[in-house]
Amino acid sequence: MGLFLDFNPFDNLLCILLGISFTVWFTLLLVFIIVPAIFGVSFGIRQLYMKTLLKIFEWATHRIERGAKDNNHLFVSDGNRDLDHASEFEMSDIFYFCRQGVESIMDDEVTKRFSAEELESWNLLTRSNYNFQHISLRLTVLWGLGVVIRYGFLLPLRVTLAFTGVGLLVVLTSIIGFLPNGRMKNFLSEQVHLMCYRICVRALTAIITYHDSENKPKNGGICVANHTSPIDVIILASDGCYAMVGQIHGGLMGVIQKSMVKACPHIWFERSEVKDRHLVAKRLSDHVEDKTKLPILIFPEGTCINNTSVMMFKKGSFEIGSTVYPVAIKYDPRFGDAFWNSSQFGMVNYLLRMMSSWAIVCSVWYLPPMTREEGEDAVQFANRVKAAIARQGGLVDLLWDGGLKRGKVKDTFKEEQQKLYSKMLVGTQEDRSRS
Amino acid sequence: MPWLNGTRSQQSLSLNTVCFFAVSHSQITRLYSRFTSLDKGENGTLSREDFQRIPELAINPLGDRIINAFFPEGEDQVNFRGFMRTLAHFRPIEDNEKNKDPTASEPLNSRTNKLLFAFQLYDLDRDDKISRDELLQVLRMMVGVNISDEQLGSIADRTIQEADQNGDNSISFNEFIKVGNLQHIYVWAGDHYLILT
Repeated sequence: MGLFLDFNPFDNLLCILLGISFTVWFTLLLVFIIVPAIFGVSFGIRQLYMKTLLKIFEWATHRIERGAKDNNHLFVSDGNRDLDHASEFEMSDIFYFCRQGVESIMDDEVTKRFSAEELESWNLLTRSNYNFQHISLRLTVLWGLGVVIRYGFLLPLRVTLAFTGVGLLVVLTSIIGFLPNGRMKNFLSEQVHLMCYRICVRALTAIITYHDSENKPKNGGICVANHTSPIDVIILASDGCYAMVGQIHGGLMGVIQKSMVKACPHIWFERSEVKDRHLVAKRLSDHVEDKTKLPILIFPEGTCINNTSVMMFKKGSFEIGSTVYPVAIKYDPRFGDAFWNSSQFGMVNYLLRMMSSWAIVCSVWYLPPMTREEGEDAVQFANRVKAAIARQGGLVDLLWDGGLKRGKVKDTFKEEQQKLYSKMLVGTQEDRSRS
Repeated sequence: MPWLNGTRSQQSLSLNTVCFFAVSHSQITRLYSRFTSLDKGENGTLSREDFQRIPELAINPLGDRIINAFFPEGEDQVNFRGFMRTLAHFRPIEDNEKNKDPTASEPLNSRTNKLLFAFQLYDLDRDDKISRDELLQVLRMMVGVNISDEQLGSIADRTIQEADQNGDNSISFNEFIKVGNLQHIYVWAGDHYLILT
């Protein structure tokens, strides 16, 4: 009994301490993170954090022996068999196809876009540790410290913020849904969306640099961007208001989607409607014609690519005939790889990985608006926009379809190659018969 | 290195590999990293489907034959050793290797072995002869549907006529390597020919 009585005052003290620390914690959270998010101002804490991290990475890099990256290709990789100059079939012709084939086995342009980019130096995250072994005790200690900070401090903070942001979004947009349609409603809806997305941005510790904001998309236009992860939406929507396009999901996503559409008109499709291309095009063009509605946000690649390249744009959004506002998004992979490899992890797993990286650092460029020119069809227009985005973001411009992540390549490409080769041979035959 | 934690056969790979295939350590690392990224099943071997997932290879007219070259007779899986062995054929010959010990076994990327690799792309039944049918098969793969049977047949006949020396209407390996344009394997490089050996 005596022992029990002894512990009581300490118990009380413990409770009081816990209570105080929680209060302090939440006040700090409110003052430093949520209030700035509401008003769109920044204390610069994240920039400071980023600079500190960069210094640490540089120090860590010096410590790691950079094995000379042997760039010797295993081939004589010079000179193509110029098919125009060859004339007749020769047995050595197979070397042309043979070399192309073996080169593509060694390294090809497409399959590496569907997995995370390899880093030159290590950024102290286990997940990006490909070939680096234990180098020194100090580095390992630093890594351990990093784990503690990221999982013990940053992750809980970010998860709290994420829940706050999403919760506020659902609640506030539902409330706004009760207001009559009009300018007040639109204004409030914009403010609410922006505020919640800003909280989400802080939940990911995303440090975003926006360039050329004078080119921001306007009402009645379509905003197209390269797609790396679902986070792209949060990044763009925290700087401007867009109408989202997408399929209605079940579960939490569905709840969010339904409440968002109460406040302002987003375009959500049922699963069955997605296949009907005419229906999709009609709804998009109806939305675009109404100048009071927000610009539509579309990712024409159709799937997530690993941010080293831009793959084929699907022509659907380019057929509608309104102004296209291209946006290039480039992530800095040193702080955390933002690419979502949907075959490797699901959404929740992915978000946890994002929230336990150091930060998400990216640059967003708003490119000048483009419209379809005379005599240009949708595919050419799409390629032109794609080239502009690739150039600005420093990404490789590829003609390959992002759908190759899951599907097989069409046979028509092989037939094209065969046709080219035949032309070379047949051309000769005709000459021979003439002479 | 990652594969040192692998199976015992993979462990013994590293030492033998460096000596036998004569590729550098970092080249092995890169090839192994490529091997694992192609190995979607993560069982340490590649199947034909793994190769066909490479779009640039799938559209290559000779893609299937090239993939075949990786798989030993009758097998459906290739391990890393086999993968490297086939690729080692294509390493350019370094100058300092030309003066090597003549009693050592011929390296895989010698001119002869490169030619043998090409020969085996034609010679599907491995009877050491390229018959007219085998030549037609490869030609058909390269031209698709764009050339008629007669035209293709005459191209094949002409080729065999030029190369065949012992009159058996097929091309043996010795006749193959004497074919004029294979004395050195020329590659057009825009305005001049490069020797690929």
